[in-house]
Amino acid sequence: MIELRNVTFVHQNGVKALDGVSLKIDSGETVAVVGENGAGKTTLVKHVTGLLKPASGDVLVDGQSTSTTSTARISRKVGVAFQNPDHQLFSESVEEEMAFALRNFGFAPQLVEERVKWGLELFGLEEYRKSSPLVLSGGEKKRLTLACILAWDPEVVILDEPTVGQDSIQKERLAETIKMLSSAGKTVVVVSHDIEFLWPIQPRVVVMKAGRIVGDGPAATLMQDRELLDSARVVQPQLVSLHQQLTKRPERPFTDALEARRWLERGKRTP
Amino acid sequence: MSDILEVKGLSFRYPDSTRRAVADFDLSVPQGEIVVLAGPSGCGKSTLLRAVNGLVPHMYSGEYGGEVKVGGVAVKDSSMRDLAQRVGFLFQNPENQIFMFTVERDVAFGLENLGVPREEMRTRVDEAMRLLDISDLAQRAPHELSDGQKQRVALAGVLAMRPQLVILDEPTSLLDPKTAAELVALVARLRRELGTTFVVVEHRLDLLVKVADRLVVMNEGRKVMEGTPRDVLFRDEAESYGVAVPAITQVQKMLAKDRLVPTSGLMTPAELAAAVGGGSR
Repeated sequence: MIELRNVTFVHQNGVKALDGVSLKIDSGETVAVVGENGAGKTTLVKHVTGLLKPASGDVLVDGQSTSTTSTARISRKVGVAFQNPDHQLFSESVEEEMAFALRNFGFAPQLVEERVKWGLELFGLEEYRKSSPLVLSGGEKKRLTLACILAWDPEVVILDEPTVGQDSIQKERLAETIKMLSSAGKTVVVVSHDIEFLWPIQPRVVVMKAGRIVGDGPAATLMQDRELLDSARVVQPQLVSLHQQLTKRPERPFTDALEARRWLERGKRTP
Repeated sequence: MSDILEVKGLSFRYPDSTRRAVADFDLSVPQGEIVVLAGPSGCGKSTLLRAVNGLVPHMYSGEYGGEVKVGGVAVKDSSMRDLAQRVGFLFQNPENQIFMFTVERDVAFGLENLGVPREEMRTRVDEAMRLLDISDLAQRAPHELSDGQKQRVALAGVLAMRPQLVILDEPTSLLDPKTAAELVALVARLRRELGTTFVVVEHRLDLLVKVADRLVVMNEGRKVMEGTPRDVLFRDEAESYGVAVPAITQVQKMLAKDRLVPTSGLMTPAELAAAVGGGSR
């Protein structure tokens, strides 16, 4: 679905944001991109959306090169919720904001209405339907950008730091939404520093450092590699850390607290 | 020790709203405490912070009841200029408060605005930069720095004002995990060395609970829980208010019920593993 072939990108100030990045993401995969601030995560995302074009190398979305495809055409396939929602909210009301892209993509009025209703309910924003997006809190704005994107049902959904400003109930809902998208066959890319949020989702994890990909694999394997995580300034999930200190076996670590408890209690019964 | 922040029966309603954003809120914070404020989005945290730094009622008018005092002086009766010196505010995104051409000028910005004499300014800027380990960045352009460094520059600018109280609004949410841990360690150090008082709004509690003295949970404008982080996180209702109970605390809580680990204090993964006899299997 997404393929980066030896992509290099240099910012105007001379900083190499992407340095020979190759990455292939299949349709239906859920991929988390992690790494230190300034590692190139957001730059990578902007290449997938076609907002940035590679200085060298190529980016393919659904087989088409972003260098020769219009950003508008890519956006029908790739929906992205950026880190700062203020960069993508501009309508006078929340419902207008949601309807805007749908109308642009030529959805029928009845369908626009249905999708707006669906999105507002999914993200608990019904009460703000008539309000200006500007009066929403930071967390609510982020949820609105997400609702807008999911409404037009793109094949690829990219979320850049989606948990910022979200309480634990919203985070749980967000994790459920990601799982739902994944089971609906969507390709989901999540850029996040929030390792504790990512861990229960068990995504494929791509670790970036200084414009390069330094690690790529299933969360269960990759999150056990302390050396790799340290070098990319990523902290191990608490449950992985607990698991590693309890057992030296390279089995799958606990994905949630209940699993940890069951394991520990089993140990108490059969010493 | 005397209370740096006293909130008594605070209520505030924005003019275009039917319900109060903050309702009958009480909070006392003694000097040198680190208090974490949590709660679901839209629970009134931002309004409460505005009432502490004076934006409410000086910039946002509305129905105001009760009282907020910083260092014994009512916020309502203080000028914004005076409050700017007593309450420091670190925004979630440091980009919103860094804009000068060099780090040094940025750290000095607040002091320049107040017309602090040159020599005094030099001393305070140097001191703040030293505290945050950014002296070597003094002549660099802030926009060239990493996000973690920018956060330090912004915090240095806040500390140079020598505020009695520092408010941090989701300070770690845009930082990578290691940088976030370093910022939390820095907050703990500043409290220890300078006795600075911190009020921190944060959803990501896994790092903060170890250094915080108190956790206050808000819901629909009211204070619904208050206590040590351990006491609040061990109560089942915490999760219903959107408080993110760290995964390791969830495990500790379950095991504590079965008396397999101690119930006092919050444990790290290493401490928990040791308590149940780690490495045996």
